Amino acid sequence: MRVLVTGVGRYLGAHLAARLAEHPPVEEVAGFDSAAPRSPLREMLDEHRVSVVTGEPRDVAVALARAGADTVAHMGIISTPGAGGRAAMKEQNIIGTMQLLAACQASAQVRKVVVRSSTAAYGASFRDPAVFTETTPPSLAPRGGFAKDVIEIEGYVRGFARRRPDVVTTVMRLAPMVGPQADTTLTRYFSLPVVPTVLGRDPRLQFIHFDDALELLVRAVVEDHRGTFNVAGEGVLVLSQAIRRAGRIAVPVLEPGLGALAGLVRALRLMEFSHDQLDLLVHGRVVDTRALVAEFGVRPRSTAEAFDDFIRGQGLHRPVFAALRPETVETVEKAIVAGIRRLGERVGRPTDHPPAEVTR
Amino acid sequence: MTRPRKATTAAAGPEPAQRRRRPATSRRSSAAGASAAASADRANGRPTRPTPPTTVPAVVGAVSAEESGPTRVDNGSRAAADGAARPDGGRPAGQPAGLDEVTGWADWPEQVADLLAFLRRRLTGRYEVDEFGFDPELTETVFYPLLRLLYRHYFRVEVSGAHHLPAHGPVLLVANHSGTVPVDALMLSVAVHDETPTHRHMRLLGADLVFRIPVLSAFARKSGSTLACNPDAERLLNAGEVVGVFPEGFKGIGKHYRDRYKLQRFGRGGFVSAALRTGAPIVPVSIVGAEEIYPIIGSITPLAKVLGLPYFPVTPLFPWFGPLGLLPLPSKWLIEFSPPIPTEGLAADADDPMVVFNVADQVRETIQQTLYALLERRPDPFS
Repeated sequence: MRVLVTGVGRYLGAHLAARLAEHPPVEEVAGFDSAAPRSPLREMLDEHRVSVVTGEPRDVAVALARAGADTVAHMGIISTPGAGGRAAMKEQNIIGTMQLLAACQASAQVRKVVVRSSTAAYGASFRDPAVFTETTPPSLAPRGGFAKDVIEIEGYVRGFARRRPDVVTTVMRLAPMVGPQADTTLTRYFSLPVVPTVLGRDPRLQFIHFDDALELLVRAVVEDHRGTFNVAGEGVLVLSQAIRRAGRIAVPVLEPGLGALAGLVRALRLMEFSHDQLDLLVHGRVVDTRALVAEFGVRPRSTAEAFDDFIRGQGLHRPVFAALRPETVETVEKAIVAGIRRLGERVGRPTDHPPAEVTR
Repeated sequence: MTRPRKATTAAAGPEPAQRRRRPATSRRSSAAGASAAASADRANGRPTRPTPPTTVPAVVGAVSAEESGPTRVDNGSRAAADGAARPDGGRPAGQPAGLDEVTGWADWPEQVADLLAFLRRRLTGRYEVDEFGFDPELTETVFYPLLRLLYRHYFRVEVSGAHHLPAHGPVLLVANHSGTVPVDALMLSVAVHDETPTHRHMRLLGADLVFRIPVLSAFARKSGSTLACNPDAERLLNAGEVVGVFPEGFKGIGKHYRDRYKLQRFGRGGFVSAALRTGAPIVPVSIVGAEEIYPIIGSITPLAKVLGLPYFPVTPLFPWFGPLGLLPLPSKWLIEFSPPIPTEGLAADADDPMVVFNVADQVRETIQQTLYALLERRPDPFS
């Protein structure tokens, strides 16, 4: 099995390529991206002998032919504009996917295509059912650039799967990833000492542990799992609960001022929030993972477990507000309860109520 | 309403000092007095309504405390359980009055400890929320006790036919909707929780307007509501939940006072197909009393349009008297659960509009007739 992994310049793609290189049925892994991987990722790829080709989206056909790949893992989908802006993001997401699928369609060798998608495809609005299954269409067209891209990409993938039914096509809709090392907008958001939330909203969130996401993607590549799957940890954390677990303090912001605040944060280069991430913080999003568990036969860590691991790994269990540490809270509680019990024993039972009455 | 009153006095007689337990007992016995089936139930112990299952630890604790002496009695949220756990008529003869009070008072350190544990779990985020965002702990500890004040002392809700609610498994409650503000939905959820031996939580299906509005949307999800749509209804029923729906929607809740207790049209009957598809029985629920809390005598349509609301109510007190107009009138409430309409084996008919409309009509007719019967029992809305 020879695999071409796109998007190796980024965290997920590089890690997938490195993992696949060590996975038995895989003989060779080649990587493709528009920009060469940078320092820690480059060393990791070198160590696992992943050859990397860089170039324009249309060069992917060359990379595919040169690698002689029979399997393609398309990870080259980005969720935030980054330095290049929205135009570059769209170029990479849309044109990159179209070029890749065109190359795959023309190739006689390709037997399998695995595409990394996102649960952002469902959008987030007040008119949606509480839990999305793989077949639920979004009731409102999402307004975020990434969500629009994802929907378009999945449309092309469906078209490809129709034209090449002999190719096993897998779409993995990943929930937001968290993990001890993961560095995404959401992990940075929860690392803020004071976390802005939307006043009067407490969205339901779902996460997938990065290691589990990686494991499932590896399985999707080396095994055959045709179809579209939601990839998320079971269960739900509401935002206020997640913030408290992270030992942070929420600062509610008025909903109308949200866009402006996000713009300010972006302008100050503090953080980058896309429209769909803002919608997520208002309405939340939960997906059904029964199809994933049934098909892959593994159960990823639950949302709460994944989030707790992220908190431990990122050192967030030492919160800025030390008083909110679970241990501190528990100690204080125990002290108060012990004091009250002593007081209760001294004041409460003896004289007022003779034992006979208490025992009936 | 004389009959239930008598039942109330009789039941509460031997325990005059029990302030905490009395509402539960009186409510239950007055409910029993209201329906023949339930009063038969009361006469020979409780044959049709099983005692609360021993799987609810708090209830077990309360019962054993009574039987074996000292002393732990659970706090307010379990008081109803406590009342329902014993045979009607209260405590065994000879038991000193006010034991409850005594031990309840002596046990205040435990109650404070419970409260602190609750606060610690909230502060550190260590609690469970289901995929719909339902927070059972918050609902039982905060929402229900607050609503129970209205339920018992303000609207003096009397429930009949609670034995028609299954102790386990899916059931769809279909109720009439009224009262300008969905207070009826809140009272119904308290009734379902307190009147079922297993203390079931009713999961409400709400209009999308609810989930558009900040604060309200958060509270709705935490208290177990979700959007009224077939995927959510079927998901909840498949999970064996009690689902509550008000098919009249805004047509019912926002109708003029002169149309009170006249059932409005029942939407598209989506609730029926959800029940048919999942085989969940439908229990029609008739609520009397909510119509009078905010009698609508007009609607300021332009204002409603600006605010994006289905109506902007004008009542005798609102908006003229400002905040005072927000106070609901203290009407007397009756809630009756009618016998369930079985739907097993009809899954294939879920897409047959004729079957769906027939079942919807049957439910509608049952509620309308029960409303008339209940109104005869309550001639004075503010009695």
